[in-house]
Amino acid sequence: MAFWKISSVPRVTTEALARTPLFDAHKALGGRIVPFAGWELPVQYAGLLKEHAAVRTAAGIFDVSHMGEMRIEGVKAEAFIDSLVTGDISKLADGKALYTVSCKEDGTILDDLIVYRRTRDNLAARQDSEQKNLHSRFMIVMNASNREKIATHFGKHAAPFVAAKELTFADISDETALLAIQGPKAVEVMKHAGADEAITSLTSFSLIEGTVHGIRVIAARTGYTAEDGFELFVHPEDATRLWNALLAAGQPFGIEPCGLGCRDTLRLEGRLSLYGHELDETTNPLEAGLGWVTKLDKAADFLGKKALIAIKEAGLTRKIVGFEMVGRGIGRHGYPIHAWTGSETPGTAVGLVTSGSPAPTLDKNIGLGYVPSALSEVGTKIGIEIRGKLIEAVVVKTPFYKRQK
Amino acid sequence: MANYPSELKYTKDHEWARVDGDVVRIGVTAYAVEMLGDITLVDLPKVGAKLEEHGRFGDIESVKTVSELFSPIAGEVVEVNDKLDGSPELVNEDCYTKGWMIAVKATGSLDALMDAAAYTAFVASLDH
Repeated sequence: MAFWKISSVPRVTTEALARTPLFDAHKALGGRIVPFAGWELPVQYAGLLKEHAAVRTAAGIFDVSHMGEMRIEGVKAEAFIDSLVTGDISKLADGKALYTVSCKEDGTILDDLIVYRRTRDNLAARQDSEQKNLHSRFMIVMNASNREKIATHFGKHAAPFVAAKELTFADISDETALLAIQGPKAVEVMKHAGADEAITSLTSFSLIEGTVHGIRVIAARTGYTAEDGFELFVHPEDATRLWNALLAAGQPFGIEPCGLGCRDTLRLEGRLSLYGHELDETTNPLEAGLGWVTKLDKAADFLGKKALIAIKEAGLTRKIVGFEMVGRGIGRHGYPIHAWTGSETPGTAVGLVTSGSPAPTLDKNIGLGYVPSALSEVGTKIGIEIRGKLIEAVVVKTPFYKRQK
Repeated sequence: MANYPSELKYTKDHEWARVDGDVVRIGVTAYAVEMLGDITLVDLPKVGAKLEEHGRFGDIESVKTVSELFSPIAGEVVEVNDKLDGSPELVNEDCYTKGWMIAVKATGSLDALMDAAAYTAFVASLDH
Protein backbone atom coordinates (compact mmCIF):
# COMPACT_ATOMS: atom_id res chain seq x y z
CA MET A 1 0.00 0.00 0.00
CA ALA A 2 1.46 3.35 -1.07
CA PHE A 3 0.04 4.89 2.12
CA TRP A 4 2.60 3.06 4.19
CA LYS A 5 5.65 3.63 2.09
CA ILE A 6 8.47 5.32 3.98
CA SER A 7 10.64 7.11 1.43
CA SER A 8 14.32 6.46 1.86
CA VAL A 9 17.08 9.02 2.12
CA PRO A 10 18.37 9.74 -1.40
CA ARG A 11 21.98 8.68 -1.83
CA VAL A 12 24.55 10.41 -3.97
CA THR A 13 25.83 7.75 -6.32
CA THR A 14 27.28 9.69 -9.24
CA GLU A 15 29.39 12.25 -7.45
CA ALA A 16 32.44 11.54 -5.33
CA LEU A 17 31.75 11.34 -1.61
CA ALA A 18 32.62 14.38 0.48
CA ARG A 19 34.94 14.35 3.49
CA THR A 20 34.82 16.44 6.61
CA PRO A 21 38.00 18.19 7.86
CA LEU A 22 38.37 15.32 10.36
CA PHE A 23 38.65 12.47 7.83
CA ASP A 24 42.35 11.88 8.50
CA ALA A 25 41.75 12.02 12.25
CA HIS A 26 39.07 9.32 11.93
CA LYS A 27 41.36 7.05 9.93
CA ALA A 28 44.18 7.57 12.44
CA LEU A 29 41.83 6.48 15.23
CA GLY A 30 40.89 3.32 13.36
CA GLY A 31 37.49 4.57 12.30
CA ARG A 32 35.64 2.32 9.86
CA ILE A 33 34.61 4.69 7.07
CA VAL A 34 31.26 4.21 5.31
CA PRO A 35 29.22 6.32 2.88
CA PHE A 36 26.45 8.34 4.53
CA ALA A 37 24.29 11.00 2.87
CA GLY A 38 27.03 11.71 0.34
CA TRP A 39 29.85 11.77 2.91
CA GLU A 40 32.60 9.42 4.06
CA LEU A 41 32.14 9.07 7.81
CA PRO A 42 33.12 6.62 10.55
CA VAL A 43 30.38 4.20 11.52
CA GLN A 44 32.46 3.04 14.50
CA TYR A 45 35.97 3.04 15.99
CA ALA A 46 36.40 0.75 19.02
CA GLY A 47 32.96 -0.76 18.50
CA LEU A 48 29.33 0.31 18.64
CA LEU A 49 28.53 -1.12 22.09
CA LYS A 50 31.66 0.32 23.67
CA GLU A 51 31.00 3.76 22.16
CA HIS A 52 27.31 3.71 23.12
CA ALA A 53 28.23 2.82 26.72
CA ALA A 54 30.85 5.57 26.84
CA VAL A 55 28.25 8.21 25.96
CA ARG A 56 25.87 6.91 28.62
CA THR A 57 28.48 6.65 31.41
CA ALA A 58 31.36 8.98 30.54
CA ALA A 59 31.68 10.98 27.31
CA GLY A 60 31.75 10.51 23.57
CA ILE A 61 32.79 12.85 20.79
CA PHE A 62 31.16 12.91 17.36
CA ASP A 63 32.10 14.57 14.09
CA VAL A 64 28.83 15.89 12.69
CA SER A 65 30.35 18.35 10.23
CA HIS A 66 28.32 16.81 7.42
CA MET A 67 25.21 18.58 8.76
CA GLY A 68 24.14 21.74 6.94
CA GLU A 69 23.91 25.26 8.33
CA MET A 70 22.26 28.45 7.13
CA ARG A 71 22.86 31.99 8.38
CA ILE A 72 19.86 34.32 8.24
CA GLU A 73 20.19 37.85 9.62
CA GLY A 74 18.26 41.09 9.40
CA VAL A 75 15.18 42.98 10.51
CA LYS A 76 12.85 40.47 8.83
CA ALA A 77 14.86 37.35 9.78
CA GLU A 78 12.56 36.40 12.64
CA ALA A 79 9.33 36.88 10.67
CA PHE A 80 10.81 35.03 7.68
CA ILE A 81 11.87 31.96 9.64
CA ASP A 82 8.59 32.03 11.57
CA SER A 83 6.77 31.66 8.24
CA LEU A 84 8.59 28.45 7.28
CA VAL A 85 8.71 26.45 10.53
CA THR A 86 6.09 25.08 12.89
CA GLY A 87 7.74 26.47 16.03
CA ASP A 88 7.10 29.94 17.43
CA ILE A 89 10.24 31.91 16.57
CA SER A 90 8.72 35.12 17.96
CA LYS A 91 9.04 33.53 21.40
CA LEU A 92 12.64 32.36 20.90
CA ALA A 93 14.86 34.50 23.11
CA ASP A 94 18.39 35.69 22.42
CA GLY A 95 20.91 32.93 22.92
CA LYS A 96 18.31 30.14 22.79
CA ALA A 97 17.79 27.22 20.43
CA LEU A 98 14.58 25.57 19.25
CA TYR A 99 13.95 22.13 17.73
CA THR A 100 11.29 22.40 15.04
CA VAL A 101 10.22 21.16 11.60
CA SER A 102 9.72 22.82 8.24
CA CYS A 103 6.73 21.62 6.24
CA LYS A 104 5.29 21.77 2.76
CA GLU A 105 1.90 23.35 2.09
CA ASP A 106 0.21 20.00 2.68
CA GLY A 107 1.76 19.69 6.14
CA THR A 108 4.26 16.98 5.27
CA ILE A 109 7.80 17.33 6.59
CA LEU A 110 10.70 18.74 4.60
CA ASP A 111 13.19 18.43 7.46
CA ASP A 112 13.59 18.66 11.20
CA LEU A 113 15.79 21.56 12.22
CA ILE A 114 17.31 23.40 15.12
CA VAL A 115 16.90 27.18 14.94
CA TYR A 116 19.42 29.21 16.98
CA ARG A 117 18.90 32.88 17.76
CA ARG A 118 22.32 34.38 18.28
CA THR A 119 23.07 37.21 20.63
CA ARG A 120 24.01 40.51 19.09
CA ASP A 121 27.31 40.67 20.89
CA ASN A 122 29.47 38.40 23.00
CA LEU A 123 27.86 39.22 26.32
CA ALA A 124 25.27 37.01 27.98
CA ALA A 125 21.85 36.82 26.29
CA ARG A 126 19.57 39.75 26.86
CA GLN A 127 15.80 39.55 26.95
CA ASP A 128 15.23 43.04 25.55
CA SER A 129 12.03 42.65 23.54
CA GLU A 130 12.42 45.98 21.76
CA GLN A 131 15.93 45.16 20.60
CA LYS A 132 14.74 41.72 19.40
CA ASN A 133 12.77 43.05 16.46
CA LEU A 134 15.53 45.22 15.13
CA HIS A 135 18.33 43.18 13.73
CA SER A 136 18.23 39.47 14.55
CA ARG A 137 20.90 36.89 13.80
CA PHE A 138 19.87 33.30 13.30
CA MET A 139 21.60 30.06 12.44
CA ILE A 140 19.65 27.00 11.36
CA VAL A 141 21.02 23.46 11.31
CA MET A 142 19.56 20.98 8.83
CA ASN A 143 20.21 17.29 8.14
CA ALA A 144 23.05 16.46 5.79
CA SER A 145 20.62 14.56 3.57
CA ASN A 146 18.43 17.64 3.19
CA ARG A 147 21.07 20.32 2.93
CA GLU A 148 20.44 21.25 -0.71
CA LYS A 149 16.69 20.88 -0.41
CA ILE A 150 16.39 23.13 2.64
CA ALA A 151 18.93 25.72 1.51
CA THR A 152 17.10 26.01 -1.82
CA HIS A 153 13.69 26.16 -0.15
CA PHE A 154 14.68 28.80 2.39
CA GLY A 155 16.75 30.71 -0.17
CA LYS A 156 13.86 30.85 -2.61
CA HIS A 157 11.44 32.19 -0.01
CA ALA A 158 14.05 34.61 1.30
CA ALA A 159 14.65 36.16 -2.13
CA PRO A 160 12.08 39.00 -1.90
CA PHE A 161 13.33 39.96 1.58
CA VAL A 162 16.90 39.88 0.35
CA ALA A 163 15.98 42.10 -2.60
CA ALA A 164 14.33 44.57 -0.21
CA LYS A 165 17.49 44.44 1.98
CA GLU A 166 15.46 43.22 4.92
CA LEU A 167 17.57 40.15 5.49
CA THR A 168 20.69 38.36 4.31
CA PHE A 169 20.73 34.64 3.62
CA ALA A 170 23.68 32.29 3.26
CA ASP A 171 24.29 28.55 3.14
CA ILE A 172 27.32 28.39 5.45
CA SER A 173 27.65 24.60 5.53
CA ASP A 174 31.02 24.58 3.79
CA GLU A 175 32.48 27.09 6.25
CA THR A 176 31.17 25.31 9.31
CA ALA A 177 32.46 22.20 11.02
CA LEU A 178 30.50 20.71 13.92
CA LEU A 179 31.62 18.54 16.82
CA ALA A 180 29.36 17.09 19.48
CA ILE A 181 30.57 16.06 22.91
CA GLN A 182 27.95 14.11 24.83
CA GLY A 183 27.71 12.28 28.13
CA PRO A 184 27.50 12.84 31.90
CA LYS A 185 31.19 13.82 31.95
CA ALA A 186 30.92 16.21 28.97
CA VAL A 187 31.01 19.33 31.18
CA GLU A 188 34.09 18.14 33.05
CA VAL A 189 35.86 17.33 29.79
CA MET A 190 35.01 20.78 28.44
CA LYS A 191 36.34 22.43 31.63
CA HIS A 192 39.50 20.36 31.43
CA ALA A 193 39.86 21.46 27.80
CA GLY A 194 39.78 25.08 28.89
CA ALA A 195 36.31 26.02 27.71
CA ASP A 196 35.05 29.45 28.81
CA GLU A 197 33.01 29.43 31.99
CA ALA A 198 30.22 31.08 29.99
CA ILE A 199 30.15 27.94 27.82
CA THR A 200 30.28 25.32 30.58
CA SER A 201 27.54 27.16 32.47
CA LEU A 202 25.17 27.25 29.48
CA THR A 203 21.68 25.99 30.31
CA SER A 204 19.92 23.43 28.15
CA PHE A 205 19.16 24.64 24.60
CA SER A 206 21.20 27.83 25.04
CA LEU A 207 24.12 28.96 22.95
CA ILE A 208 26.99 31.42 23.18
CA GLU A 209 30.15 32.39 21.31
CA GLY A 210 33.38 31.72 23.14
CA THR A 211 36.55 29.68 23.14
CA VAL A 212 37.59 26.15 23.96
CA HIS A 213 41.35 25.59 24.27
CA GLY A 214 41.75 29.04 22.71
CA ILE A 215 39.71 28.03 19.64
CA ARG A 216 36.73 30.19 18.69
CA VAL A 217 33.42 28.33 18.70
CA ILE A 218 29.69 28.83 18.88
CA ALA A 219 28.73 26.45 21.67
CA ALA A 220 25.21 25.13 22.22
CA ARG A 221 23.99 22.93 25.05
CA THR A 222 22.19 20.59 22.68
CA GLY A 223 22.61 17.09 21.34
CA TYR A 224 21.12 14.00 19.73
CA THR A 225 21.91 11.38 22.35
CA ALA A 226 19.51 12.02 25.27
CA GLU A 227 22.56 12.90 27.40
CA ASP A 228 23.98 16.21 28.59
CA GLY A 229 26.46 17.73 26.20
CA PHE A 230 27.51 20.42 23.78
CA GLU A 231 27.50 20.95 20.06
CA LEU A 232 30.41 23.10 18.94
CA PHE A 233 30.33 25.01 15.67
CA VAL A 234 33.88 25.74 14.57
CA HIS A 235 35.77 26.92 11.50
CA PRO A 236 36.83 23.92 9.38
CA GLU A 237 40.48 24.90 9.77
CA ASP A 238 40.19 24.62 13.56
CA ALA A 239 38.17 21.40 13.62
CA THR A 240 41.06 18.95 13.97
CA ARG A 241 42.74 20.99 16.70
CA LEU A 242 39.48 21.18 18.66
CA TRP A 243 38.80 17.45 18.17
CA ASN A 244 42.28 16.53 19.41
CA ALA A 245 42.06 18.95 22.34
CA LEU A 246 38.78 17.44 23.51
CA LEU A 247 39.98 13.88 23.04
CA ALA A 248 43.12 14.63 25.05
CA ALA A 249 41.19 16.45 27.79
CA GLY A 250 38.69 13.61 27.91
CA GLN A 251 41.20 10.75 28.36
CA PRO A 252 41.10 10.79 32.21
CA PHE A 253 37.31 10.70 32.01
CA GLY A 254 37.07 7.78 29.60
CA ILE A 255 36.10 9.67 26.46
CA GLU A 256 35.64 7.65 23.27
CA PRO A 257 35.42 8.83 19.67
CA CYS A 258 31.94 7.82 18.49
CA GLY A 259 30.58 7.01 15.05
CA LEU A 260 27.29 6.92 13.19
CA GLY A 261 26.45 3.48 14.52
CA CYS A 262 26.09 4.41 18.17
CA ARG A 263 24.69 7.81 17.20
CA ASP A 264 21.67 5.93 15.89
CA THR A 265 21.26 3.56 18.86
CA LEU A 266 21.64 6.46 21.30
CA ARG A 267 19.03 8.66 19.61
CA LEU A 268 16.61 5.73 19.27
CA GLU A 269 16.74 5.02 23.01
CA GLY A 270 15.89 8.70 23.56
CA ARG A 271 13.05 8.52 21.02
CA LEU A 272 14.59 11.19 18.81
CA SER A 273 13.38 11.24 15.21
CA LEU A 274 15.54 10.54 12.21
CA TYR A 275 14.64 12.09 8.85
CA GLY A 276 14.09 9.40 6.28
CA HIS A 277 12.76 7.11 9.01
CA GLU A 278 10.10 8.71 11.27
CA LEU A 279 9.95 11.87 9.20
CA ASP A 280 9.74 12.40 5.44
CA GLU A 281 7.64 14.03 2.76
CA THR A 282 4.79 11.55 3.28
CA THR A 283 4.41 12.19 7.03
CA ASN A 284 3.20 15.16 9.07
CA PRO A 285 4.52 16.25 12.49
CA LEU A 286 1.25 15.47 14.28
CA GLU A 287 1.25 11.78 13.41
CA ALA A 288 5.04 11.61 13.87
CA GLY A 289 4.69 12.47 17.53
CA LEU A 290 5.97 16.01 17.01
CA GLY A 291 2.76 17.80 17.97
CA TRP A 292 4.81 19.45 20.73
CA VAL A 293 6.90 21.34 18.17
CA THR A 294 3.85 22.27 16.07
CA LYS A 295 2.45 25.55 17.38
CA LEU A 296 -0.82 25.77 15.49
CA ASP A 297 -1.93 28.67 17.66
CA LYS A 298 1.16 30.81 17.09
CA ALA A 299 0.40 34.27 15.75
CA ALA A 300 2.38 33.93 12.53
CA ASP A 301 1.08 32.02 9.56
CA PHE A 302 3.48 29.33 8.34
CA LEU A 303 3.71 27.04 5.34
CA GLY A 304 1.54 24.02 6.13
CA LYS A 305 -0.38 25.65 8.98
CA LYS A 306 -3.79 25.42 7.29
CA ALA A 307 -3.28 21.80 6.30
CA LEU A 308 -2.09 20.81 9.79
CA ILE A 309 -5.07 22.49 11.45
CA ALA A 310 -7.39 20.51 9.16
CA ILE A 311 -5.47 17.28 9.87
CA LYS A 312 -5.72 17.89 13.60
CA GLU A 313 -9.45 18.61 13.33
CA ALA A 314 -10.09 15.45 11.32
CA GLY A 315 -8.20 13.31 13.85
CA LEU A 316 -5.10 11.21 13.14
CA THR A 317 -5.62 7.90 11.38
CA ARG A 318 -2.12 6.66 12.23
CA LYS A 319 0.59 7.49 14.77
CA ILE A 320 4.19 6.73 15.52
CA VAL A 321 4.51 4.53 18.59
CA GLY A 322 7.43 3.09 20.46
CA PHE A 323 7.53 -0.69 20.81
CA GLU A 324 9.54 -3.32 22.58
CA MET A 325 10.05 -6.81 21.17
CA VAL A 326 8.49 -9.52 23.33
CA GLY A 327 9.30 -12.53 21.15
CA ARG A 328 12.75 -13.33 19.89
CA GLY A 329 13.77 -11.04 17.06
CA ILE A 330 14.66 -7.49 16.13
CA GLY A 331 12.10 -5.36 14.29
CA ARG A 332 13.97 -3.12 11.85
CA HIS A 333 13.33 -0.20 9.49
CA GLY A 334 10.90 -1.26 6.77
CA TYR A 335 9.50 -4.36 8.49
CA PRO A 336 5.67 -4.53 8.34
CA ILE A 337 3.58 -4.24 11.50
CA HIS A 338 0.43 -6.31 12.04
CA ALA A 339 -2.25 -6.50 14.69
CA TRP A 340 -1.27 -9.32 17.06
CA THR A 341 -3.47 -12.41 16.75
CA GLY A 342 -1.25 -14.86 18.61
CA SER A 343 -0.29 -16.60 15.38
CA GLU A 344 3.10 -16.34 13.73
CA THR A 345 1.52 -16.42 10.27
CA PRO A 346 1.34 -12.90 8.80
CA GLY A 347 -2.00 -11.63 7.50
CA THR A 348 -2.36 -8.10 6.17
CA ALA A 349 0.08 -5.47 7.40
CA VAL A 350 -1.43 -2.37 9.02
CA GLY A 351 1.77 -0.43 9.75
CA LEU A 352 5.52 -0.16 9.27
CA VAL A 353 8.63 -0.05 11.44
CA THR A 354 10.46 3.26 10.91
CA SER A 355 13.46 2.49 13.13
CA GLY A 356 14.44 -0.51 15.21
CA SER A 357 17.47 -2.10 16.75
CA PRO A 358 18.85 -3.52 19.97
CA ALA A 359 18.96 -0.94 22.78
CA PRO A 360 22.35 -1.54 24.42
CA THR A 361 21.59 0.46 27.58
CA LEU A 362 18.25 -1.24 28.14
CA ASP A 363 19.19 -4.79 27.06
CA LYS A 364 16.03 -4.92 24.98
CA ASN A 365 15.13 -4.71 21.32
CA ILE A 366 13.16 -1.54 20.63
CA GLY A 367 11.72 0.39 17.74
CA LEU A 368 9.45 3.10 16.43
CA GLY A 369 6.79 2.63 13.80
CA TYR A 370 3.50 3.78 12.33
CA VAL A 371 0.36 1.98 13.46
CA PRO A 372 -3.33 2.78 13.03
CA SER A 373 -4.50 5.06 15.85
CA ALA A 374 -6.63 2.20 17.22
CA LEU A 375 -3.44 0.22 17.97
CA SER A 376 -1.48 3.12 19.45
CA GLU A 377 -2.34 2.74 23.15
CA VAL A 378 0.53 1.78 25.47
CA GLY A 379 0.22 -1.93 26.23
CA THR A 380 -1.27 -2.88 22.83
CA LYS A 381 0.24 -6.05 21.41
CA ILE A 382 1.45 -5.89 17.83
CA GLY A 383 3.16 -8.31 15.50
CA ILE A 384 6.37 -7.42 13.69
CA GLU A 385 6.88 -9.37 10.48
CA ILE A 386 10.48 -10.62 10.52
CA ARG A 387 11.54 -12.70 7.52
CA GLY A 388 8.06 -14.10 6.96
CA LYS A 389 7.15 -14.75 10.61
CA LEU A 390 5.13 -12.60 12.99
CA ILE A 391 6.96 -11.94 16.24
CA GLU A 392 5.17 -10.42 19.23
CA ALA A 393 5.93 -6.87 20.34
CA VAL A 394 4.18 -4.41 22.65
CA VAL A 395 3.54 -0.66 22.41
CA VAL A 396 5.45 1.11 25.20
CA LYS A 397 5.83 4.62 26.56
CA THR A 398 8.65 6.73 25.15
CA PRO A 399 11.32 7.84 25.54
CA PHE A 400 12.69 4.35 26.16
CA TYR A 401 15.59 5.90 28.07
CA LYS A 402 15.75 9.08 30.12
CA ARG A 403 18.95 10.34 31.65
CA GLN A 404 19.24 10.97 35.34
CA LYS A 405 19.22 14.69 36.05
CA MET B 1 44.51 -8.51 12.07
CA ALA B 2 41.92 -11.27 11.80
CA ASN B 3 43.20 -14.82 12.09
CA TYR B 4 42.26 -17.90 10.04
CA PRO B 5 43.33 -21.17 11.71
CA SER B 6 45.16 -23.47 9.33
CA GLU B 7 43.25 -26.62 10.28
CA LEU B 8 39.89 -25.18 9.14
CA LYS B 9 38.27 -24.95 5.72
CA TYR B 10 36.53 -21.81 4.52
CA THR B 11 33.80 -20.53 2.18
CA LYS B 12 33.32 -17.29 0.24
CA ASP B 13 30.40 -16.49 2.55
CA HIS B 14 32.82 -16.36 5.45
CA GLU B 15 31.87 -19.60 7.18
CA TRP B 16 34.44 -22.08 8.48
CA ALA B 17 34.13 -25.85 8.73
CA ARG B 18 36.06 -28.34 10.90
CA VAL B 19 35.89 -32.12 10.96
CA ASP B 20 35.14 -33.07 14.57
CA GLY B 21 34.95 -36.85 14.90
CA ASP B 22 32.07 -37.93 12.69
CA VAL B 23 30.44 -34.49 12.44
CA VAL B 24 31.46 -31.25 10.75
CA ARG B 25 31.34 -28.21 13.02
CA ILE B 26 30.46 -24.88 11.40
CA GLY B 27 30.73 -21.21 12.34
CA VAL B 28 31.60 -17.78 10.93
CA THR B 29 35.09 -16.42 10.44
CA ALA B 30 36.89 -13.59 12.18
CA TYR B 31 36.42 -11.53 9.01
CA ALA B 32 32.64 -11.94 9.27
CA VAL B 33 32.76 -10.92 12.91
CA GLU B 34 34.85 -7.88 12.12
CA MET B 35 32.37 -6.79 9.44
CA LEU B 36 29.29 -7.43 11.55
CA GLY B 37 30.43 -5.79 14.75
CA ASP B 38 28.82 -6.62 18.06
CA ILE B 39 26.52 -9.60 17.49
CA THR B 40 23.15 -9.47 19.15
CA LEU B 41 21.20 -12.44 17.78
CA VAL B 42 21.99 -15.75 16.12
CA ASP B 43 19.10 -17.62 14.51
CA LEU B 44 19.93 -21.30 14.11
CA PRO B 45 18.00 -24.32 12.76
CA LYS B 46 16.67 -27.16 14.89
CA VAL B 47 18.40 -30.52 15.31
CA GLY B 48 17.27 -32.74 12.49
CA ALA B 49 17.07 -29.97 9.87
CA LYS B 50 18.36 -31.05 6.48
CA LEU B 51 20.77 -28.65 4.84
CA GLU B 52 21.90 -28.27 1.25
CA GLU B 53 25.36 -27.22 0.19
CA HIS B 54 25.32 -23.37 0.12
CA GLY B 55 21.84 -23.55 1.65
CA ARG B 56 20.77 -20.90 4.13
CA PHE B 57 20.74 -22.32 7.64
CA GLY B 58 19.99 -19.23 9.64
CA ASP B 59 20.64 -15.55 10.29
CA ILE B 60 23.14 -13.59 12.29
CA GLU B 61 22.30 -10.11 13.49
CA SER B 62 24.51 -7.36 14.80
CA VAL B 63 23.19 -4.07 16.14
CA LYS B 64 23.08 -2.56 12.69
CA THR B 65 22.62 -5.45 10.24
CA VAL B 66 21.18 -8.87 9.48
CA SER B 67 23.19 -11.41 7.49
CA GLU B 68 22.30 -14.88 6.29
CA LEU B 69 24.29 -17.98 7.22
CA PHE B 70 25.06 -20.50 4.45
CA SER B 71 26.10 -24.10 4.98
CA PRO B 72 29.48 -25.11 3.53
CA ILE B 73 28.20 -28.68 3.03
CA ALA B 74 25.06 -30.73 2.67
CA GLY B 75 23.90 -32.86 5.60
CA GLU B 76 21.70 -33.14 8.66
CA VAL B 77 22.00 -30.88 11.70
CA VAL B 78 22.86 -33.06 14.72
CA GLU B 79 24.02 -30.39 17.20
CA VAL B 80 23.11 -26.74 17.73
CA ASN B 81 25.02 -24.36 20.02
CA ASP B 82 22.19 -23.29 22.35
CA LYS B 83 24.56 -21.07 24.33
CA LEU B 84 24.40 -18.53 21.51
CA ASP B 85 20.73 -17.92 22.30
CA GLY B 86 21.46 -16.09 25.56
CA SER B 87 25.04 -15.15 24.75
CA PRO B 88 25.44 -14.19 21.09
CA GLU B 89 28.58 -12.28 22.09
CA LEU B 90 30.38 -15.65 22.32
CA VAL B 91 30.75 -15.36 18.55
CA ASN B 92 32.62 -12.07 18.99
CA GLU B 93 34.74 -13.51 21.80
CA ASP B 94 35.79 -16.68 20.03
CA CYS B 95 34.25 -17.44 16.68
CA TYR B 96 36.24 -20.67 16.10
CA THR B 97 35.61 -22.55 19.35
CA LYS B 98 33.08 -21.12 21.86
CA GLY B 99 31.19 -19.44 19.02
CA TRP B 100 30.55 -22.58 16.94
CA MET B 101 27.04 -22.65 15.56
CA ILE B 102 25.97 -26.06 14.23
CA ALA B 103 27.38 -29.56 13.83
CA VAL B 104 26.33 -31.43 10.71
CA LYS B 105 26.44 -35.11 9.73
CA ALA B 106 27.85 -34.40 6.30
CA THR B 107 26.72 -36.09 3.10
CA GLY B 108 29.26 -34.20 1.01
CA SER B 109 32.99 -33.54 1.40
CA LEU B 110 34.99 -30.50 2.46
CA ASP B 111 37.51 -30.90 -0.38
CA ALA B 112 36.08 -28.12 -2.52
CA LEU B 113 36.35 -25.56 0.28
CA MET B 114 39.22 -23.08 0.58
CA ASP B 115 42.09 -23.71 2.93
CA ALA B 116 43.41 -20.98 5.23
CA ALA B 117 45.89 -19.63 2.69
CA ALA B 118 43.29 -19.40 -0.08
CA TYR B 119 40.77 -17.76 2.27
CA THR B 120 43.36 -15.24 3.46
CA ALA B 121 44.04 -14.31 -0.17
CA PHE B 122 40.31 -14.14 -0.88
CA VAL B 123 39.72 -11.75 2.04
CA ALA B 124 42.64 -9.59 0.95
CA SER B 125 41.04 -9.23 -2.48
CA LEU B 126 37.79 -7.86 -1.06
CA ASP B 127 37.25 -4.15 -0.99
CA HIS B 128 37.67 -3.07 2.64
